[in-house]
Amino acid sequence: MKKGESLLAQKRQKDTNRVAAIFLAPVVILLVIYIFYPILETFRVSGFDWNGISSNPKFIGLDNWAKLFQDEKFWTAFLNNIKVMILSILIQIPLGIAMATFVEFAGKKSTIFKILWFIPMLMSSVAIGFLFTYALATNGGIISSISQLLGGGNVDLLGNPKTALYAVIGVIAWQFTPFYMVYCVAGYTNVSEEVYEASVIDGANKRQYFWHIALPLLKPTIKSAAILSMVGSLKYFDLVYVMTGGGPGSSTELMATYMYKLSFAQFNMGYGSAVAGGMFILISLISLVTMRILNGKKEDY
Amino acid sequence: MEGTYRKNRMKSRISWVIATILAVIAVIISIAPFIFMVMNSFKGKFEMLTKGVFALPEKLDFTNYKEVLEGNFFSYFLNSVIVLVVSLLILLLISAFASYPLSRFKFKLNGFVYAVIVACMSIPVHITLIPIFKMSQTLHLYDSIWALIGPYVAMNIPISVFILTSFMQQIPKEIEEAATIDGCGKVRMFFSVILPMAKPGLSTLAIYNGVNMWNEFIFGYTLTQSRGNRTLPLAVWEFQGQYSMNTPMIMSVLTLTVLPMIILFIFAQDKLIKGMAAGAVKG
Repeated sequence: MKKGESLLAQKRQKDTNRVAAIFLAPVVILLVIYIFYPILETFRVSGFDWNGISSNPKFIGLDNWAKLFQDEKFWTAFLNNIKVMILSILIQIPLGIAMATFVEFAGKKSTIFKILWFIPMLMSSVAIGFLFTYALATNGGIISSISQLLGGGNVDLLGNPKTALYAVIGVIAWQFTPFYMVYCVAGYTNVSEEVYEASVIDGANKRQYFWHIALPLLKPTIKSAAILSMVGSLKYFDLVYVMTGGGPGSSTELMATYMYKLSFAQFNMGYGSAVAGGMFILISLISLVTMRILNGKKEDY
Repeated sequence: MEGTYRKNRMKSRISWVIATILAVIAVIISIAPFIFMVMNSFKGKFEMLTKGVFALPEKLDFTNYKEVLEGNFFSYFLNSVIVLVVSLLILLLISAFASYPLSRFKFKLNGFVYAVIVACMSIPVHITLIPIFKMSQTLHLYDSIWALIGPYVAMNIPISVFILTSFMQQIPKEIEEAATIDGCGKVRMFFSVILPMAKPGLSTLAIYNGVNMWNEFIFGYTLTQSRGNRTLPLAVWEFQGQYSMNTPMIMSVLTLTVLPMIILFIFAQDKLIKGMAAGAVKG
């Protein structure tokens, strides 16, 4: 009797496994073809000197990787990525929280603010890139025109190596702040109405409620927003490629734009692969470490 | 007592005024570039240069739009629609397939497979770019919109499986048990019980992924080359080459590429906001 039961259970498990395999197959196959195989292939190609066209690439071992370690341009790009990352987190998330808090406290009548603030999210990065190349243009751009109205001269934000990266970071903030606003609005809906009511009964005003109750409760939301912003900044590409192409000089060069230009403009695909591989390793390391740190201190509410 | 109460109310009123002023400034910053785009798209080529960027257009002149639409704008648009529809259908179907066993079955590799799929979320597409470029050439897909389907589906699998799995986990077990007693097998269970119940999750995902695919740039730019085979985000690129000195023209191209999103926003604002924040559950 018992044996029969366990046989039946075994048969059932086998059946479950079979169905699971069938249902998982399409996803697994596509991931293997378009993600896992390409990652391995990129590392393989990084061992060759190859222009992407010739049929017999030259094997050069770890030369590309040795070059990568000493490549000032790559490390400049990496540092630019880090700057974008830090400033994105410091600008976009606090602004997003502030906007969400305004929407939350002002109630229904603030919906119009939420709608208007969301507008930048409707545009693609490419469209934003083009729009701001014109909006920040030295002649006839928004900033230049304002400066002229105030009696100043033309302002060339994107052409100046000192300001270009910060101009780009500003545009990125313009694009993504609405996302973190919506994100934090969603976070607020998880903070229940009762918590707010209870704190009001206890005599807390809105400021105390925000700093001592809402903000700590929003912590998980803020944490994952920071991770999102971090990973996003490290692989940033579209907007910068369109707006500055990494220039002037390498003042706005990012790892991704550098990799792209090496591979598809200079057709140095061997070295381009090494750069892509380096970028992959750095991003994976940074995200692993950050997640370890953030999740290590898990707190329950 | 009365005095402090009044003082507090006063203080709170002042902070509301300040907050509202800041909020209005944020609104101006958010929409100014947008208005700059729409306003200048109606201007003539020289009107913008002579009158400045802040002047209202002399008249509502659709000449720029007419010229753009008479170019091959529609072929870009159509390409984007085809790629979007095909990729999205495949993506949603196979992500739902995968999420079903991951959310509701007990089997040995469940946790492992799920972890591997979800870990793919932070992978930069750049590491896949060169091999996929070569692959599309080998398969003779290069420079056709069909080259885009595979990458568009694959790159959006991780987040889709992540969201759908957590969605399906919330479907109550009792419904499944009732259906099992009625003699419903696992495969039929998916199509007749789980899939219909996952509809709200699927519609959120459709918006999230749809917006991503509609705006996708790097694969479109790398895997296609000729004008007739490119998608909408690249249209701006082509028009820019053609009309580089004619800013109002570029502004009308930009406005046209954003138009579908604006229409969607007007008619399904709540859904769109919710859908675009779906990525919010990441991490």
